[in-house]
This record gives sequence, structure tokens and C-alpha cells, in this order.
Amino acid sequence: MSRVMSLEEAVEANVRDGDTVAMEGFTHLIPHAAGHEVIRQRRKRLTLVRMTPDLIYDQLVGMGCAAKMVFSWTGNPGVGSLHRVRDAVENGWPRPLALEEHSHAAMANAYEAGAAGLPCAVFRGYIGADLPKVNPNIKTISCPFTGQSLSAVPALRPDIAIIHAQRADRSGNVLIEGIIGVQKEAVLAAKRSIVTVEEIVDDFGQRSPNACILPSWTVTAIAEVPGGAFPSYAFGYYKRDNAFYTAWDAIARDRDSFAAWMKANVLEKGPEAFAAHSRKRAMAAE
Amino acid sequence: MTDYTPTEMMTIAAARALRNGDVCFVGIGMPSAAANLARLTHAPDIVLIYESGTLGTKPSVLPLSIGDGELCETALTTVSVPEMFRYWLQGGRITVGFLGGAQIDRFANLNTTVVGPYDKPKVRLPGGGGAPEIATACGEIFIIMAQSKRSFVDKLDFVTSLGHGEGGDHRERLGVKTKGPTRLMTDLCIFEPDPQSNEMIVTSIHSGVTRAQVTEATGWPVCFAHTVAETPAPTAQELEVLRELHARTARAHGNAA
Repeated sequence: MSRVMSLEEAVEANVRDGDTVAMEGFTHLIPHAAGHEVIRQRRKRLTLVRMTPDLIYDQLVGMGCAAKMVFSWTGNPGVGSLHRVRDAVENGWPRPLALEEHSHAAMANAYEAGAAGLPCAVFRGYIGADLPKVNPNIKTISCPFTGQSLSAVPALRPDIAIIHAQRADRSGNVLIEGIIGVQKEAVLAAKRSIVTVEEIVDDFGQRSPNACILPSWTVTAIAEVPGGAFPSYAFGYYKRDNAFYTAWDAIARDRDSFAAWMKANVLEKGPEAFAAHSRKRAMAAE
Repeated sequence: MTDYTPTEMMTIAAARALRNGDVCFVGIGMPSAAANLARLTHAPDIVLIYESGTLGTKPSVLPLSIGDGELCETALTTVSVPEMFRYWLQGGRITVGFLGGAQIDRFANLNTTVVGPYDKPKVRLPGGGGAPEIATACGEIFIIMAQSKRSFVDKLDFVTSLGHGEGGDHRERLGVKTKGPTRLMTDLCIFEPDPQSNEMIVTSIHSGVTRAQVTEATGWPVCFAHTVAETPAPTAQELEVLRELHARTARAHGNAA
């Protein structure tokens, strides 16, 4: 059964140095508050898994939390490069970052295989592409029935999956709405999971019988962090702060301005700071 | 006729290539502008799909990211990302995939991964995302890219996604049954594959652009089709709809229009 606790306690109990960590959310519901907490608790040597490393991993990499990144697209969507990730890859600052690179289809299939308890994912992919030449974790397999040549990648089985969702109920079930990405697969593939939510409610009330719900017994820890996806968004709560994504480019371009921003907004703040984003954005949306 | 920019011409040429019955897998940036322009002009029934899981989306402003709320709010339905890549893309439900890239070669193979060697890149680009599978699973591929010697190169540093490979029947030899890149729209002209070699050759030049300009902006010895058309200039309606779309987008994203 999931347990409701503070974000500090959830990270303290579930994220360890050297862990393989998947923080998911496909543009939507990115668990930024949880990412900040991992930085504040100074976790080290993490293998960071995520289909689309954007600001959340730029921050973790820039603060020296990561040794490796497994990904399929990395950048600040619609804006440009991730300067902290590039600095780590190109200059080893603040420490070197190993990369394991896939396509989206491969990553999505690999999470699904992890959730399904399979050792690998099989799909039709990478045909004529160069990634299999540089990533030894991409292999070819032939269909035992038709002989068709297909691609295979290892299943993703993170030590811990961290996601953000709209609501949990008093029994510890989690409801995810909108662009649901690979969050369900990531949680079911992982050994442990932390879910931050906009709010904990008595009851989910009216919902579709096919709503995307993670039952309490599939989740390790739940923490209520309103605004916890900012500057990403929470469908039904607040919008994506596109202006912040644009502003991040200048903040992260320079090591000193990045360090100053992280000190003022992460190291010297707590998860409760995110609530202001939620309230402000919600009012602006009205 | 009103004045227009080369980028507007490129976007409009790309939009015109889409048909009303298409099911289009859309990338962020110029493909998204072109696909939505098509939807708002001659192709109102076009089905737009973004890899974040939104099926049949009708955004009123262009998304900054592939998963903006606008895409989900205006979609017929939103599916998970594994379902998107397995059932809808790999399952063969998409008629046109729309791609861009940092580098392209004469056979329309694309690079969005690295400039320079993979292990010691001069520039680390975002990577493939959905492109490696979009390139082979969609019925055909349209590409939109601004043209220059730096981006239209003789040899790619890295093949992120397959175009016509080494040319000729290379796709078929790799077991790929889809058409691959059938149109490449640039700010100067339109390329289509030569029926035999599958090398991308110039079939239409935008109004006011010369052959010399096209040659100068291409990093391989560019070939022109037997008959080269002149791309019709944007109509007043196309320009108006495109500019309104960009103005709405700028306002929505908190930038001055």
C-alpha cells in the first residue's frame, strides 16, 4: 500500500546514491518539485532515465547528481539546447555524463516491457539508422514464426520511478489525466515509486470507467505538492509556463548564473515554494 | 501580391502538399505550423497526431512543446505514448510523417543527433526522438528545412533517420515497404525524389529565386528536373491565416507578437 508522507521523507527513504531513477512526464506533469528535492538531498551517481530530458535533468546534471543518462530526445522543447547537459557531455562539468541513446519508440517499448515483466522489448525500429552502431543495447532479433528482422532493447527496470499526478485519494490510489505519457508503465516497471500530487481528495468522484489510475498497492510513497510540476503543467490545474522555458535558456547558459539560480530557487527553498506557482497560474487561467 | 518572407513561402509550400484525407504525424516547429496551416485552409478534415499521444488535435495556437495542454484539450482522444508508437505509428495508421532536421543529404537521410564524431561531438543535437521509426512507418515523409550549405551536406555525420539510404531501391532492400521522403520543402525550392535513383532533385523553384541561388545553398552537386515549375506565390488568404496563427501563438506564449 502507498503511504502518504512529506516529499523530504519520500526522497530520503526511496532514492539512494547510484540508483537508476526514471522521472517521467511527457511535457505534461513533469515532477519538478521532486527533482529539486533529490538535488537538495545531494544524491550522487544516479543513472537518470527519461524519454525527453529537459529542464528537470538539466538541473540534476548541472548540480552533479548524475553519472549517466538514458534518453531518446534531449533539449528545451521549442527553445534550444540543454546547456548544463551539453557542458557535462562536452566538457565533463561538473562531472562527466555517460549517454545511452535510444529512439522514442524504443524507450516506450522498453518501459512497457518492464511493466510487463519481460526481459526485453521487441519492435520494428531503427531500420537504416546509425544508433544501433553506437549503442550496444540495441540488438536485432528474428521473429521465430515469420523470420522478420526486428529490433530488441532491454526492458527498463528502474530502481525508482518518480512522477507527478493530479490527485490521490485517501486510500492512496492515484489518478492521472490528460497527456499520460509513459507514467503508468514507468511506475509499474520500477521497484519503488514516488508520486507527487496536486491534491489529496476524499474521493475521485465522477470519472470515466477507463480513467488512468495507479492502484494504491502499486505505489510506494505519495506526497502532496501543489504546483509540483511547474514550469510544466497539470491538466485541469495550471498551464505550462512557456515563458519560463524560454527564460531558462539564459539562466542555464552560464555556470555562474545557473549556480545562483539553483541556490536561490532550489537549495534555499522547499517543496512548499511550488504552491505559489499553482495558485498564481490557476488565477491567471481564470 | 503582398510581400512575404522565404520562411512563409516554405511553410505555405509544405502546407499545400498535405491532403484533406491525410493522417499526419506532426513534429514541433515548422512542421507543426505547416500542418495547422493546411488544416485551417484547404484540408479541414486532416487528422493531426502528435507523438505525446494526442489523436485528431485541433490547436488554435501552435504548441511550444510536443505535449502542450492545447493539444490534449482539442484532441479527439489522448492515448499513452507506448500506444501511440505501437498501435498508431508502427501499426501503419499514419499516411504522412512530417520531419525536419539539422542536416540532410541528397537521399533525404536526416541527422538530428551529432555534428562531428558521435563519441566526441562538435555539437550535441537533441537526438532522434520519434524520427527513426516515423521515417519508416509512415506511408510517406515530407521534410521541411531551411536550405544552406551547412545543412544540405554531401555526407551526414550521423544517420538519425532513414531517407532513401544510398539511393535506388535501398529502402526495399532493407525490408521497408513505405515510400520514404517524397517531398522536401525549403525556403528556396521544392525537391522530389528522382524516379530511378531516388536522389532528391529540384522540381519547383519559388517565385523570385534563381537556380544559382539553389546550387549555392546545396552541399552536393544539385540536379534539376527536366521541367522545373515555379512555385506559385502565397495567396493573400494563405498569408493571412499563417500570420494570424503566429500572432495568436505569440500572445498565448507570453511573447510580444
